[in-house]
Amino acid sequence: MVDLTHGADGHAAPGHDEELELYHPTNWVTKYVFSQDAKVIAIQYGLTATAIGLVALVLSWLMRIQLAYPGLLAFIDADHYYQFITMHGMIMVVYLLTAIFLGGFGNYLIPLMLGARDMMFPYLNMLSYWIYLLAVLVLAAGFFVPGGPTGAGWTLYPPQAILANTPGQQWGIIIMLVSLMLFIIGFTMGGLNYVVTVLQGRTKGMTLMRMPLTIWGIFTATVMALLAFPALFVGALMMLFDRLLGTSFFMPSIVAMGEQLPTGGGSPILFQHLFWFFGHPEVYIVALPAFGIVSDLISTHARKNIFGYRMMVWAIVVIGALSFVVWAHHMYVSGMNPGFGFFFATTTLIIAVPTALKVYNWVLTLWRGDIHFTVPMLFALGFIVTFVNGGLTGLFLGNVVVDVPLSDTLFVVAHFHMVMGVAPILVIFGAIYHWYPKITGRMLDATLGKIHFWVTFLGAYAVFFPMHYLGLLGMPRRYFEMGETAFVPPSAHTLNEFMTIAALVVGAAQMLFLFNLAWSLRHGKEAGGNPWRATTLEWQTPETPPAHGNWGPELPVVYRWAYDYSVPGADRDFLPQNDPWPGEPAPAPDTAVAEGAR
Amino acid sequence: MSVILIFLLAIVAVMLWWLWRQGLFSKPWLEVGVVGGMAAPAPSPSQVARIGLLVFLVVVGSLFALTVSAYLMRSALVDWRAPPLPGILFANTFALLVSSLALQTAKVGARRGDLDSVRTGLLAGGFTALVFLGGQLFAWRQLNAEGYYLASNPANAFFYLLTALHGVHVAGGLVGLGRVTRKMLRGAGVAELRLGVDLCATYWHVLLLIWLVLLGLLTGRIGEFVAICRQLLT
Ligand code: HEM
Ligand SMILES: [Cu+2]
Repeated sequence: MVDLTHGADGHAAPGHDEELELYHPTNWVTKYVFSQDAKVIAIQYGLTATAIGLVALVLSWLMRIQLAYPGLLAFIDADHYYQFITMHGMIMVVYLLTAIFLGGFGNYLIPLMLGARDMMFPYLNMLSYWIYLLAVLVLAAGFFVPGGPTGAGWTLYPPQAILANTPGQQWGIIIMLVSLMLFIIGFTMGGLNYVVTVLQGRTKGMTLMRMPLTIWGIFTATVMALLAFPALFVGALMMLFDRLLGTSFFMPSIVAMGEQLPTGGGSPILFQHLFWFFGHPEVYIVALPAFGIVSDLISTHARKNIFGYRMMVWAIVVIGALSFVVWAHHMYVSGMNPGFGFFFATTTLIIAVPTALKVYNWVLTLWRGDIHFTVPMLFALGFIVTFVNGGLTGLFLGNVVVDVPLSDTLFVVAHFHMVMGVAPILVIFGAIYHWYPKITGRMLDATLGKIHFWVTFLGAYAVFFPMHYLGLLGMPRRYFEMGETAFVPPSAHTLNEFMTIAALVVGAAQMLFLFNLAWSLRHGKEAGGNPWRATTLEWQTPETPPAHGNWGPELPVVYRWAYDYSVPGADRDFLPQNDPWPGEPAPAPDTAVAEGAR
Repeated sequence: MSVILIFLLAIVAVMLWWLWRQGLFSKPWLEVGVVGGMAAPAPSPSQVARIGLLVFLVVVGSLFALTVSAYLMRSALVDWRAPPLPGILFANTFALLVSSLALQTAKVGARRGDLDSVRTGLLAGGFTALVFLGGQLFAWRQLNAEGYYLASNPANAFFYLLTALHGVHVAGGLVGLGRVTRKMLRGAGVAELRLGVDLCATYWHVLLLIWLVLLGLLTGRIGEFVAICRQLLT
């Protein structure tokens, strides 16, 4: 293939790796601010997501305080409560979890784990971050516009989302829709990079089936997101038309306050289909990277190869595909054709099979492993427990007959906080403790880390476990206060107070974590290149933190899969992917391999 | 939602086939050495750009498949009153067709190293695409003049939405095409233009295809076709 783009500068390519020209930062601004280096972009994504995530955390405190001590904070009225719920839910799901898994870990790990120098379209990658930042800023602006942010619930169901009595109807909903559309545009730019880099950027010897499961998870999730986000985009665009241009995509004929509104003929159910066509895959867009990362953490910290690697890969792919045909299980009570309910209940239960398989394989990986209870391992174990717990309640809710009475109770809130709130967050923490040494060259403090883990893990259980019970009592979700209600016993109130205190403690523990992040940057123990003695390529870089371009003059060459731990006969209990043992290194003098074998 | 499901089914089938070819059944834990399973690709910039465009087109396809799904869902209800289609839409279609052909000429020319046909192709393609966009705007004005406003009923709203979404994609393509054309006018050689021309042509063909589907939808031809298929099946 003729090298088309390099004709002019006469760039001579020494090896196959140099055909793609690397961008070179020339000054401080292009190095740290408008950087095109995926590692810098990853950190930018991570910090931005954390910042907006803290806002969502504070909102959850406010909601919890209101639920346990109604009236304590006088400024929280019903409207504010709805606004807090909406912003909390949307930020957590989209702007924190999606952004940090794909934009953060995706950017950092894909090139490094695959032995590439950078993403394939670095400029687009940079643009992706800046559009994401813009989306976050627009979203945050919602707090300052007249009328405040939208209070339509994170599902944004029309018609109420744009009717006059919903808080934030004036500006909030517009801001929310615009911000989501920006997010999707930015994500698409990043997503193209992640997919094409996995397809084209792998170094010599890195076959698909040698990729670490982290990459499989991120890759599949990205493909899903690229296909699912357009649904939200169309939905948001149509609702924006309804709100701004007076169309009636989603607006049926409505009589409000004795007056016939000018809209008519729209279908609210249409929005629900579009929303959940995105919304359900979204759960797995968050879950699959978490699955992948957990597999790698467990394998590394139990010094054992992952059990059933092939099955793990297949399960990821199958879950990804199936999750597109289950969306309507969120709509059992929406009045759609009840025959559909049966179909969607079946597909929902089928998805449980590959998911359960993953859990078995994690447990079997741990079985008789040499388990090191490091902080990342603790978080990984915490994830498995929480995920199983949330998965079981999910099986209940997947059934139409069980779901109908529980729908819109706190049982649902407890369920999804377990599976897609607490569980992925635990993985994110574990992953940060695991990769921080590579990113900064220093270890996070382990004692603080253990305190952080136990408080977060037990605290999250204290918040969400009792919530199942409240749901079974019939306590509805999205209620600003219960008032005098016969079916709620007084003990439920005590429980509510307990949960709120737990939530505040959990929140405080996160401050400890942030402190640890900042403190260890300077004072943490020196990590060296490969503190966990891990096999994957990112730990074999010649420099830590990896320099611009990741590798020395030569790209690494991959000889084996990512899970050669405790191989009989080898002189160490791990064999890096670029270790040719028992063979000889490839003929070309390969400095990267020599380094890695240190 | 059947349209998007069919679209996804096709994507999933292609991906599974590809994954299978990539050695989804290999046993990586048994294979040590540089070549285990299928060799990893050595990326070349043009290959990377082509694959990038392909992935992007899948995203665009998903966007339109979803919009079409929504259209079909809504238009199945009894109160659907589609606006009459302005005749100019067919002239526009012709313009887009010519545009696509022109870029194909440019692409073939670039392969052969024939700068003249690249030039003609690019300029003609860009011009006809502009004509298409102008024509679409004119169609909107005509509908408006006849009283079929955006907000009058859902059928009208969908008409404007579909044409607008498609138009925006054509406009975006014109930005890319404009950059290639500028490069050409500044005296770049055929070899330098080849990749850009190639990508533009692919993008144009896909947008033409999408437009034909949309047109079929708006004229109701596709609806009739689906109805006939249903009858045949039952
Ligand atoms: C300390 C951690 C958290 C606490 C204390 C908390 C608390 C709450 C509370 C009190 C509600 C409102 C329940 C209601 O009245 O209906 C809520 C809703 C919600 N939360 Fe959380 N949350 C936390 C973390 C998360 C995380 C990590 C996620 C990420 C997925 C998340 C996603 C949601 C969603 C999607 C809603 C529903 C919003 C809606 O109904 O529109 N939360 N949360
Ligand atoms: Cu779901």
